[in-house]
Amino acid sequence: MPSATAPPDADSTACVLDLEGIEALVRELRARGRTVIGPTARDGAIVLAELESADELPYGWGVELEAGYYRMKRRTDAMAFAHSAGPQSWKNFLHPERARQWTADRAPDGGMTVRAERPEPTSFAFLGVRPCDLRAIQIQDRVMIGGRHRDDAYEERRTGAFLIVVECVEPGATCFCVSMGTGPAAQPGYDLALTEVLDDSGHRFLARAGTEEGAEILESLPHRPADDITRTRAREDVEAAAGRMGRTMPDVDLRALLAGTLDAERWNDVAARCLTCGNCTMACPTCFCTTTEDVTDLTGDHAERWRRWESCYDMDFTHLPGGSVRSTGRSRYRQWLTHKLGTWWDQFDSSGCVGCGRCIVWCPVAIDITEEAHALHQESLEPQAETKGEAS
Amino acid sequence: MTAVPLPYRVVSNRPETTDTRTLTLRPVGEALPAFAPGQFAMLYAFGVGEIPVSVAGLQDGALTHTLRGVGAVSRALCAVRPGTQVGVRGPFGTGWDLPAATGRDLLVVAGGIGLAPLRPLVQAALSTPRNHGRLNILIGARTPEDLLYRSEPDAWGRPYCGMTVDRAGPEWTGHVGVVTTLLDQAAFTPHETTAFVCGPEVMIRATGRELLHRGVPAQHIRVSLERNMHCATGHCGHCQLGPLLLCRDGPVVGYDRAEPLLAVREL
Amino acid sequence: MKPTGLLAALPEGPRERLMELGREVSFPAGARIFEEGGRADHFWVIRDGGVNLDIHVPGRRSAVVETLGAGRLLGWSWLCPPHQWHLGAEATSPVHAWEFDASEVLALCERDPELDHALLTYVVEVIGRRLRAARTRLLDLYGPYGSGSPG
Repeated sequence: MPSATAPPDADSTACVLDLEGIEALVRELRARGRTVIGPTARDGAIVLAELESADELPYGWGVELEAGYYRMKRRTDAMAFAHSAGPQSWKNFLHPERARQWTADRAPDGGMTVRAERPEPTSFAFLGVRPCDLRAIQIQDRVMIGGRHRDDAYEERRTGAFLIVVECVEPGATCFCVSMGTGPAAQPGYDLALTEVLDDSGHRFLARAGTEEGAEILESLPHRPADDITRTRAREDVEAAAGRMGRTMPDVDLRALLAGTLDAERWNDVAARCLTCGNCTMACPTCFCTTTEDVTDLTGDHAERWRRWESCYDMDFTHLPGGSVRSTGRSRYRQWLTHKLGTWWDQFDSSGCVGCGRCIVWCPVAIDITEEAHALHQESLEPQAETKGEAS
Repeated sequence: MTAVPLPYRVVSNRPETTDTRTLTLRPVGEALPAFAPGQFAMLYAFGVGEIPVSVAGLQDGALTHTLRGVGAVSRALCAVRPGTQVGVRGPFGTGWDLPAATGRDLLVVAGGIGLAPLRPLVQAALSTPRNHGRLNILIGARTPEDLLYRSEPDAWGRPYCGMTVDRAGPEWTGHVGVVTTLLDQAAFTPHETTAFVCGPEVMIRATGRELLHRGVPAQHIRVSLERNMHCATGHCGHCQLGPLLLCRDGPVVGYDRAEPLLAVREL
Repeated sequence: MKPTGLLAALPEGPRERLMELGREVSFPAGARIFEEGGRADHFWVIRDGGVNLDIHVPGRRSAVVETLGAGRLLGWSWLCPPHQWHLGAEATSPVHAWEFDASEVLALCERDPELDHALLTYVVEVIGRRLRAARTRLLDLYGPYGSGSPG
């Protein structure tokens, strides 16, 4: 989380790093004891993994995205961050898939001792956080540590994380961050922001600091003053990216749209396609739902409480003694979409969608959240059909 | 403490009806902050799991819970022996908020095991009779044998306390019928009344409609709702009812908010 | 006494015309007011006391299916064929009631459309309410799994 001290004026810290500077950045962060996580090319995807050096960045790789479609492709240049969201997001590190929350031991006299899991002190540095994903982190912050009950383990990981945003200059065909107001330019909340520039003048990064620590690290790296050509090129590339979004959301109050379309016919249409597999919830950078597992060892006197990701598409998600509240696929898809775009506002005072497009890409049947929102909007404009018997 | 359960000793575990039991728990060491009537705890059966259970009694620093063994955890809790320990987290959720009903007539409407969360509210209201108008307690149950806390209503004495059952046995000389039929016997001025309703959701909806029809304002009909719950701290997402996270915004909700949500199927 | 139930539901004019046909009666506790299968030629508005509606079950005590208290209408089978009671009625405590002769009331209704409409509306409302209550009870809501089956 950014330090509490007033952040430096980002522009006054602007400088240019070349590839050597990026290498030095990874080295410096590691030297400071941080686990640096960034994009790598492996297993046919851009995968977030620990970086030992900046060499591991996916230089020269891009991605081809469509609904239900993801392919890496070689670029004709050596850009390192000219790809959009991969299958994971930063929640894999901040809000891991599976975590032990407590252990309990039972003494022969029936006494119980419960010990909270002390999260191992972690000090992440995330290199290559897209602006949409920065917003996603901030949205999860509200859920996990923004309310009355704070999740200590999340807070521990989050507080220690150093965020290096890389602005988007190459949006994917499934991106719609402009509609959601989250990108492609970096918004506050980062420690460092980078814009990758590659032209006749070379391969370099316009860098700005958002926090004192960011400024201090930037200062320690080989860098040169920001020149006008780099500044202009960086700004133009990001502006151009804003105009090349592959998708849009309907330009309406989405919260009101979703609140008013709970009975829409469209839910039946999408339910006929949706497999309720939950891929969208796993890939979504803001989906936070979890379930608990209680296990014991063979003696029965040592118990553990684990928490793992769960999806609102799971049948048991709404289980009550009489059965599941949301027993149909229609109601489960509707829950996901209305929560994401609508009721998230009521619960956490923001949208739950950042426009990263992951749910579109990783849906096995190519359901597209933007297409569904447009369809709901269209249906909401149609005159309400009255329920009447048909004359025979 | 909300993240990790505190050990509580089972002081007593007595049968309440044929399928419900009432546990009384006392802290082994550190105690949880005070619960308000209507709030709930997460009760942990060692190694089996945790479930949300409303407080059914708050006397002398003990926690009382009445529960029915319908799942693995509740069955394990129903079977705990006095002297052993269970884990408790809480307090969670909104309470009935009796102080907000100061000066108003009180209408407590309970269906089945829904009386349990209302019991500490009744006890609080009985202890502060000058703070509110007339107290009415309406209790519906499946059969006379399913009535909870059977010895207590007599002691509640002063207020109107009606009980009705769905199915009467030969020994039953009381009312037979749904709980809302007792409203005719209750003494309250609808627009100056706060109602507290707990029971199965169908009973809540039927009671809500009837109270609205009689003129009790929707925001003064307080209902306690139930959804699946895992964390109770607003982090697991299970207890959503549209815009509400019931562990945080509930379980007690004004009927003005609840009615439109309960009207949507599978919300 | 403040009018309740039926009497509160009727506008003043029709109420007064109806009340001219009513007579005050009382039943001691335990009295059988009518029996299942009997001719439904009266109805009552309970002023105070309680009445059980029951069904005779061979080999056991009558099963009480509903109790009625002050202000409530006792009996509606007089309104339509076959004019027979479907349940029995027994006073559970001393009952005071207004008793009405069904044929007199039906005759008055023929001449008095305003009363006819108000009375019918009220009786339909009562029947509707009892039907809803019966359906709700069919769900066995307070059973271990509410209205569902164990999942």
